[in-house]
Amino acid sequence: MSRFHSLYTQIQIRGPADRPIPVPGRDRNGIFGPFFSIWLGRIGDPQIGRSYLGWWGWIAIVTGSISIMIMGFNFWAQADWNTVAFIRGMAWHRLDPPTGDGLYLRPLNQGGWWQWAGLLLTISILAWWMRIYTRAKALGMGTHVSWAFASAIWLYLCIGVLRPLIVGSWEEAPPFGIIPHLNWTATFSVLYGNFYYNPFHCFSIVFLYGSVLLWAMHGGTILGVARFGGEREAEEIVDRGTSQERGALFWRWTMGFNANFESIHRWIYWFAILTGVTGGIGILLTGTVVDNWYLWGVKWGLAPSYPDVYPDMVIPDAINRTSLDP
Amino acid sequence: MAILSYEAKYRVRGGGLIPGTPFDFWIGPFYVGFFGFTTLVFSIIGIGCIVWGAAIGPTWNIWQITVSPPPLHYGLSWPPLYEGGLWMIITICAHGAFSSWALRQVEIARKLGMGYHVPVAFSAAIVAYTTLTVIRPLLLGAWGHGFPYGIFAHLDWVSNVGYQTLHFHYNPAHMIAVTFFFTTTLLLAMHGGVILSAVNPPVGEEVKYGEHENQYFRDTIIYSLGPLGIHRLGWICAINAGLWSALCILISGPFWTEGWPYWYDWYLQLPFWDQLDLPGLSREM
Repeated sequence: MSRFHSLYTQIQIRGPADRPIPVPGRDRNGIFGPFFSIWLGRIGDPQIGRSYLGWWGWIAIVTGSISIMIMGFNFWAQADWNTVAFIRGMAWHRLDPPTGDGLYLRPLNQGGWWQWAGLLLTISILAWWMRIYTRAKALGMGTHVSWAFASAIWLYLCIGVLRPLIVGSWEEAPPFGIIPHLNWTATFSVLYGNFYYNPFHCFSIVFLYGSVLLWAMHGGTILGVARFGGEREAEEIVDRGTSQERGALFWRWTMGFNANFESIHRWIYWFAILTGVTGGIGILLTGTVVDNWYLWGVKWGLAPSYPDVYPDMVIPDAINRTSLDP
Repeated sequence: MAILSYEAKYRVRGGGLIPGTPFDFWIGPFYVGFFGFTTLVFSIIGIGCIVWGAAIGPTWNIWQITVSPPPLHYGLSWPPLYEGGLWMIITICAHGAFSSWALRQVEIARKLGMGYHVPVAFSAAIVAYTTLTVIRPLLLGAWGHGFPYGIFAHLDWVSNVGYQTLHFHYNPAHMIAVTFFFTTTLLLAMHGGVILSAVNPPVGEEVKYGEHENQYFRDTIIYSLGPLGIHRLGWICAINAGLWSALCILISGPFWTEGWPYWYDWYLQLPFWDQLDLPGLSREM
């Protein structure tokens, strides 16, 4: 009977800490650690740090912190500076974008705070991308992680910046806040006629679920061959051992097709990236190219036309609408 | 190319779950096994019933084909074949096929001397499917609460059942499930990216290994989980995405019958602040 030693580390061997690999600026900019954590060591590497803080890290942390402070103080103001109310309503507080047309900078209490928080958050994220990119370069590695991160940034920019720019208004950008951004998501779907009929939303969900499926398959395979040293993937890529052979044959025998230790990482890399790429495209098309995804689905045969069972509704004219306004 | 160059030495009989089974052979790249045989039988019957359901339905449009569960008034009884009976047979066959597939993975893992991590993870997906089509309908008292087997029909079901609870994003288990989905995908991007970047360095650089992978994540995010740990974390997050999804729909209806936004009343009405008449939030939210 198998004993699942591969799920956590029972015996930890503690040697001296890994020394940082020498790169230019490393000694000046090294921060934090190395420390050891016996709890992290139960599932992974016990060593924390030594980390690196360069200019891009500084910019990201400072602008990101200011952005979060702007959100936090706006939330606190909504609670009338009552600390208990601030804490109680943490999930409900909101910082809304400006209403109405026009992309200009607004007064702070009329959406300006949202614009500054968004601007600083965007600068922070882009600086963090530079950090992800430059650290790979410094270590003489490929820049793959930064391009995967760029996919997530693309989705963020489509929702919060590019689509508002296209429609000429910040009003439909999401608010900052936990429950409020969920409300925005549901409202956005209903406003444009059911997002499930948006084909790029379909793609994005397929890649999201596919990513989870691939992690289950890949993680399961590597843990399954861990007894043969299969977790040392880079080594297995350049010099195939029995763990890669068994991992490949498992899928070949199961579904008639197998990746290898390098190509599986191309599969998972692209599935994860395409989640963000397709999601962003779906956002940009909404309300710009397509006004109602359900009716779009009816037009292209994805959904049957709605049965015509109700009498024609009379659309009130402009005068009636005005008189109905409270 | 049915056989890889190194494959012959691994293709040996025995080691499966059923000693002496006559199905212990390969067809092309596929291993058959007793459970491969049962997978095939269940799949042929199940897919046959889907095609049958499509044939008696109004359309051959692939997006609109659907085989629906029985109307609610049949409760937990067996419905007529054309009023959900096909859906019942398909559901039974799906369970047979999925379970056979998992057991076939166990047999292949045994043959290759591997752990059972893949079939264990796959079982989480089967549990989610069983929750949707068997456990929740049982708890609600009608097979009609299962979801229809059609591409956009099942999306409509998700949408409609979601809005029956007013706003499904407020379901706390749904929040956790979505967080696991996004986190799993983030981890996948990071892991795939770092392995590719280690073995595909810029021109003129040498291939890198675990030391550089660790250093990269220590530099950028303070901590590197390491090569074994990241696969533990990814595997466990992926499984949790499935299990929390199952839980979030299981509690919607059988255990929570109001709109999900109202679930938070217990929090907003905690005795600590319920009597304080605080500013900023209405209790009736």
